[in-house]
Amino acid sequence: MLEKALIGSKRYWLWIGALLAVIGIAFIQYLHQFSYGLGITGLSRDVSWGLYIGQFTFLVGVAASAVMLVIPYYLHDFKKFGKIVILGEFLAVSAVTMCVLFIFVDMGQPMRIMNVVLHPTPNSIMFWDFIVLTGYLVLNIVIGWTTLGADRKGVHPPQWVKPLIYLSVPWAVSIHTVTAFLYAGIPGRHFWLTAIMAARFLASAFAGGPALLIILSLLVRKLTKFDPGYEPIQALGKIVTYAMFANVFFLGLEFFTAFYSNIPGHMAPIEYLYTGFEGHGKLVSIMWTSSILAVLSLTLLVFPALRRNENILAVACVSMFVSLWIDKGFGLIVGGFVPNMFEGVTEYWPTVPETMITIGVWAIGFLVLTVLYKVAVAVREEGGYHD
Amino acid sequence: MSINRRQFLRLAGVSTVLGVGGASVLSALTGKGEAVSQTTPHFTTDPRAITGKRWGFAIDVRKLKTDEDYQKCISACHDIHNVPDFGNPKDSVKWIWKDTYEHTFPTVTEDEIMNKELKEKPFILFCNHCAQPACVRVCPTKATYKRKDGIVMQDMHRCIGCRFCMAACPFGARSFNYRDPRGKDANGRPFIRKENKEFPTRMIGVVEKCTLCYERLAVGLLPACAEASNGAIVFGDLEDPNSEVRKVIDANYTIRRKPELGTQPSLYYVIGGRE
Repeated sequence: MLEKALIGSKRYWLWIGALLAVIGIAFIQYLHQFSYGLGITGLSRDVSWGLYIGQFTFLVGVAASAVMLVIPYYLHDFKKFGKIVILGEFLAVSAVTMCVLFIFVDMGQPMRIMNVVLHPTPNSIMFWDFIVLTGYLVLNIVIGWTTLGADRKGVHPPQWVKPLIYLSVPWAVSIHTVTAFLYAGIPGRHFWLTAIMAARFLASAFAGGPALLIILSLLVRKLTKFDPGYEPIQALGKIVTYAMFANVFFLGLEFFTAFYSNIPGHMAPIEYLYTGFEGHGKLVSIMWTSSILAVLSLTLLVFPALRRNENILAVACVSMFVSLWIDKGFGLIVGGFVPNMFEGVTEYWPTVPETMITIGVWAIGFLVLTVLYKVAVAVREEGGYHD
Repeated sequence: MSINRRQFLRLAGVSTVLGVGGASVLSALTGKGEAVSQTTPHFTTDPRAITGKRWGFAIDVRKLKTDEDYQKCISACHDIHNVPDFGNPKDSVKWIWKDTYEHTFPTVTEDEIMNKELKEKPFILFCNHCAQPACVRVCPTKATYKRKDGIVMQDMHRCIGCRFCMAACPFGARSFNYRDPRGKDANGRPFIRKENKEFPTRMIGVVEKCTLCYERLAVGLLPACAEASNGAIVFGDLEDPNSEVRKVIDANYTIRRKPELGTQPSLYYVIGGRE
């Protein structure tokens, strides 16, 4: 089926070329980082994780969100998702690919990455994250490719793929739970040491991931002859609305516990993010941007009449995606490190090379996504879909 | 020659680990049976080595009077351990350093009317070699691990530089080599000003920290900071009730950093009692 990605319009090849150019520029920056060291980034002794790990965390959520299509379609026989469930699965493949790459570019000694396998350490959450992410990647490639292949031939998918599909449901939950445990089990980082972290991660994932999927579905309809359909997109819109309300509610719970208990260590990181702390407030403006976009998106989504207009739905989804990206892909990580272990403040902001490497990894993700969607859309355009 | 494939592999592996190299493997194989037994590994502890069950420190900063006294302890460690100086706080690597009481004990100093002198009193900080170390728990490669004598060790050759341990350590005891410590700055000044050839330098992209002078204990020397501290840093076995460190803890009021987190630090700071 992959040969379908080799035939495309001029616009398709221009897009591929542009992505490759961005990847090329970022790769040169990465080589620079590889020789100079991570000192090229804004990271420091006090803020030792930043944009890279933030992207990793955010994208694990995007990957997990495929389950929001898989559950209705395969467990509840919600037929309307039949045409687009493949878009969710392939989005997961692309997102996990980016996750792996963000871990890789964040490592001080990337050539030693196999040490994680050579010296398996079950007490380390990172070891488990490695296992569940690899497993999830394989599951989605196998499931996506097999079901699409069957569609193309106009036959039902083979029986052996069914158990894998069911397995992918708890597996999707596991990838984001384990990723939350990276943070939620660390003593001394008040911002992360919260039992609701995994729940927050899942809620924001099930909002942000499907929001991206809505945007992608609308793009697919605009750019190709394949129409994902009005109703599946509307159904996704409802999922996004509920999940985002849950996410905002969970965030509110964090605020309550920190401020009503009045424990300084719990309040400090939140103060740093939203009001500034001891005169430091580099993140205040973007955190408020995130909050305003969250409110805007919820306002547009909560009224069915507004949501039914696909243009408004698109605006709401873009706002929400950006809002969640700031909150989880940036603020969440930095907030864990400020104030530092001595209640002092070292601020963090990504450097230009760091930002370019980040954009480069996203470009690789979009390249993978484009190729996979090209294949999926080509199969659909041929009419190869049967309920 | 009676050696099978399995024996050969074991021999070759052991020789490589010991750094003996291929030549001796060859000679062992071509020589008599005795040669094989001679290269069988056996480790003997230096008779001078100091051993204990759980190393710890009692630190009485009242005995560190001047800035020079602090600097002596810090230099004693950093000089022999080839700790690089990158010349900026962002990339800084430190194994032992000084900070105020307020920063050393942030959870107990939320107090506006506390004794100002104590609040700003400098303390000396290094890895707590916790009994329940969070860094060891999170490391995905066992590059940081706990020894039987309580030392929280760091294997700089296995470390992948993921910095999970830096996120996990509640005491900010760990540093990452954001740059190549063996390199030079823009003016050509090496980051390691004067290399101690007796101790390895590190490579770029790995985490490092105080390793409790394991190399000195192995040959019967005290930790460098304790030796340079003029009696302010007392070192010994916390599980031996007759050790000097236990005597200091018994006779004084001591506190540990962030005990509420349950990591069981092995550094005790003397706050009051007999001087």
